[in-house]
Amino acid sequence: MRQDHLISATQLSRADIEAVLDRAAEIDADPSALNGRHEGAILGLCFFEPSTRTRMSFDTAMKRLGGRTIDMGSVESSSVKKGETLADTMRVLEGYADALVLRHPSEGSAKMATEFVDVPLVNAGDGAGQHPTQTLLDLYTMRQNVGLDDVTVGIMGDLKYGRTVHSLAAALTNFDTRQHFISPESLRLPRSVRYDLHESGAQVREHTALEEVLSELDILYVTRIQRERFPDENEYLKVAGEYQIDAEDLEAAKDSLTVMHPLPRVDEIAPDVDQTEHATYFEQAHNGVPVRMALLDMLLSEEGDDR
Amino acid sequence: MSDTDRELRVSKIRNGTVIDHLAAGQALNVLALLGIDGSGGESVSIGMNVPSDKLAKKDIVKVEDRELSQSEVDVLAVIAPEATINIVREYEVVEKKRIDRPESVDGVLSCPNRNCITNADEPIHTRFSVLEDALRCDYCGEIVREEEVPTRLDVA
Repeated sequence: MRQDHLISATQLSRADIEAVLDRAAEIDADPSALNGRHEGAILGLCFFEPSTRTRMSFDTAMKRLGGRTIDMGSVESSSVKKGETLADTMRVLEGYADALVLRHPSEGSAKMATEFVDVPLVNAGDGAGQHPTQTLLDLYTMRQNVGLDDVTVGIMGDLKYGRTVHSLAAALTNFDTRQHFISPESLRLPRSVRYDLHESGAQVREHTALEEVLSELDILYVTRIQRERFPDENEYLKVAGEYQIDAEDLEAAKDSLTVMHPLPRVDEIAPDVDQTEHATYFEQAHNGVPVRMALLDMLLSEEGDDR
Repeated sequence: MSDTDRELRVSKIRNGTVIDHLAAGQALNVLALLGIDGSGGESVSIGMNVPSDKLAKKDIVKVEDRELSQSEVDVLAVIAPEATINIVREYEVVEKKRIDRPESVDGVLSCPNRNCITNADEPIHTRFSVLEDALRCDYCGEIVREEEVPTRLDVA
């Protein structure tokens, strides 16, 4: 892959994805392989909303490549607080860094930012839009555990506002997968994601109850039902318990079922699942570093410079 | 009765734009597109459900002293692809525009996604890609169906 920016999982082909995952696997196999490869390079971390895993894994990835990071800090301590536009902030920061990572609460923010910068820009989450690097590490984890072809994936929780879901659904269309979406009616996939799935010819089914499909699944990708999204608390309370799983629930699943979650979780996966062979979410989080190392290496390398 | 006679039901204009062959019922949407609500003092003639050989019934809009911009024509192409646009100067049609469905519509529609970056105070205009029967925000990906387009018009 040689692209200037990574904004959406919809821009990734199967070959792009495999190139990143293959490079990540090489890094995993020999963590020192890329030591010092990008010595002197600077990555700008621009997080306009809270983040733990994404921010720290990008930070770690860049440092393991020999580079350094600069961090604009919290919105409260930045010029954003003074009313500066995102466009201006990004135009300034591109002069400080060789690449930028942007998280912002508005959908389309990363796309807009690319119109104002020339350095590579990575979308680290734009509102309820996309989160393509999370998807790359999700796919890496899936490939390690069950493969990416001829698999049945269940994605459960807040499908409407879940950016990790939107990215993952798009990326999975590159592979031979069957996608099952499980959510309350009020949190079904948004129209734009449905459109892309339909256009790609993806095999998709929707459910309101996990029981309808659990036994078929190779992967269950759980996301948090976001209480704050419900206009009526009673509506949330009606469905919340329906989308929590514990070890007993998973007895109906295949022994090989892989349970994933982008984290942080609240109560949608009970702690007793952690002790089962199904739990993969912490491994999934750890995979953020080699995958982001691979991606940054490819974005920062000159065209044709293949090590 | 000839077409010309029928068109005379709507008065001739000296300078401006005649938007003809609109599907019946689209005239008010076109006025919304042009941002005409009467407050600007424009002289506007509207024919609704006018008999038409081609469409059985059609709407016509004539706007005095206003020539449509390309961006306005682009949106018109989405909501009324069969329309024709005649630019009139000194009572003569000096230009006939047949409108083609554009690949994108720039700067004239607002995105219905309130959380889209185009609705923030940023130095950008909206841009929608034109799909088969809908439009899509190039920034956030939101889909706007054609029937919703008139409600998203954001023209002065």
